[in-house]
Amino acid sequence: MKQYIGKRVGYCLLSLFLLSVTIFFFVRVTGDPATLLVEPGASHADMDAIRHQFGLDQPLWVQYGIFMSSLAHGDLGQSFYYRTPVLELYLSRLPNSLYLAAVAMALSLLIGIPSGVLASVRVGGFWDSFGKMFTLLGLSLPSFWVGLVLILVFSVYLGWLPSSGAGTPMHLIMPAFALGWYFAAAHMRLTRSAMLEVLGSEYVKLARLKGLPQSLVIAKHAFKNALIPVLTFAGINLVIMVNVSVVVEVVFAWPGIGRLLYEGISFRDFPVVQGVVLIAGAMIVIVNLVIDILYAVIDPRIRLES
Amino acid sequence: MTIQAEIIVLPSSSPERSSLRLGDFPLIPALIIGVIALVAIFANLLAPHNPEIGSLTARFRPPFWETGGSTKYLLGTDQLGRDVLSRLIFGARVSMVVGFTAVIFAGAVGTTLGIISGYLGGWVDQVIMRITDTWLALPALMFAIFLAAIVGPSMWNIVIILGLVYWTRYARVIRGEVLSLKEREFVRLAIVAGCSKWTIMRRHILPNVINSAIVIGTLMLGVVIITEASLSFLGVGVPPPEPAWGLMLSDGKQSLMVGRWWLSVLPGCCIMLMVLSANLLGDWLRVKLDPQLRQL
Repeated sequence: MKQYIGKRVGYCLLSLFLLSVTIFFFVRVTGDPATLLVEPGASHADMDAIRHQFGLDQPLWVQYGIFMSSLAHGDLGQSFYYRTPVLELYLSRLPNSLYLAAVAMALSLLIGIPSGVLASVRVGGFWDSFGKMFTLLGLSLPSFWVGLVLILVFSVYLGWLPSSGAGTPMHLIMPAFALGWYFAAAHMRLTRSAMLEVLGSEYVKLARLKGLPQSLVIAKHAFKNALIPVLTFAGINLVIMVNVSVVVEVVFAWPGIGRLLYEGISFRDFPVVQGVVLIAGAMIVIVNLVIDILYAVIDPRIRLES
Repeated sequence: MTIQAEIIVLPSSSPERSSLRLGDFPLIPALIIGVIALVAIFANLLAPHNPEIGSLTARFRPPFWETGGSTKYLLGTDQLGRDVLSRLIFGARVSMVVGFTAVIFAGAVGTTLGIISGYLGGWVDQVIMRITDTWLALPALMFAIFLAAIVGPSMWNIVIILGLVYWTRYARVIRGEVLSLKEREFVRLAIVAGCSKWTIMRRHILPNVINSAIVIGTLMLGVVIITEASLSFLGVGVPPPEPAWGLMLSDGKQSLMVGRWWLSVLPGCCIMLMVLSANLLGDWLRVKLDPQLRQL
């Protein structure tokens, strides 16, 4: 067990290292990073000053050392536009993104789990076909377009919901749906296959042999067990959601991390772009580690396998 | 040696099988992709107007069936008076070119690295797989935005960026397949017969994983097109005045609030049709070509 966790933590650290190398390497190899780090319209003298200040006139490995040591101090640089540290900016936007992601997640589970169960109860039946259509649409529709159509119908034509901004729960409905649909589709697929697996197991057969009614077998024996993988994935998906909501946040002008990234692009505020991407990668690497360890704690087969 | 005969069809006992069999050939999706491809190829002949030049006197004309619309501009005009239909037609070209080249580029890189990683094993495998894992951890769209912010927008930059972001998806799956392939008799025989490592990878392993690469490619096509549209939508994709669907959507967003629906709904419909068709085709191919990928 200890060995397994040690190995996982090692991989995780390696991934974090590779992540920083990737980001560092791409910024430097694709041209002069000074042009990205200075504000647009800076003079030649400014550029030289920046090069010196960030150590860009030093050898690459020294530069990487500087880059890493400032990262280790939690220093992601300074935003040009807001004139505040990137980390501070990030943390101020994070709650909004988490809020949106949590509501979208709840919505996607509310839609995904029941429809997945319904689809699994009768494979090939109406609900199964309907569910397939629904998931296919969810996976094929770009979320920004779903968002725009929602605005058109509910804000422009019907005038029921505010089209952008944040503040009231009403502001949340449309972005949460636009973001949640894709994940509802994923959750439905997952619930369906988990249910099918459980429904084929010995103990469900036994429950049926005992003469329990179908509803009880499904609700009590099958559903509870099928829920485990679904909820585990929901945990991972929540982190992913925070990081993929860029377009939805832009469409609805939701002041979260995605919107921050977009502002970073629009204002050519490179430290912000770099910071947001670095944190996203690190967050997902770490969550993967936590999930791996949790699985190993729950299921001895996994830790014995490696 | 009949390599094709080596592919085992797994006896599948799961109920997935019957339900996935339901569609034989997805005719409509294939037709849609075919039509979009033809439109893209013959865009010059089909488009009634120049997609990049409009007349400012004819701004914001609605489609012909709405009041104020005329048959001169069948699907209306945008904020610069450019014909929406012509822009959609030329937009098909952008989507097709970016979609296909990016998928092929990513596929070539991913398949090559997957085969090398799986067949050679050892430290090569470790290095490639650790990089794959790390890059997979970066959310694709964010990674693409990051790269686009560095290199600046242009159509071919977008193709390279999408290739760099998505090769990992191929490498993962292909490596797994190679791991089981290399234990098989025909590979051992090839080793005994004195084939070099490169010959085995090229002549014996590659033909056996190419099916999977095609399946992943088809499934990736939709993802790549959505990503391209998202990048264009965010202003780091195909630069204006190029008529990309994502860019049109983004322009149309401004006038959505005053009810000019056609500027954003129509390009969105095109993206949806294309992606939906690619996904349906990919699902079918997956079942048809590669039973081992059914769980994907």
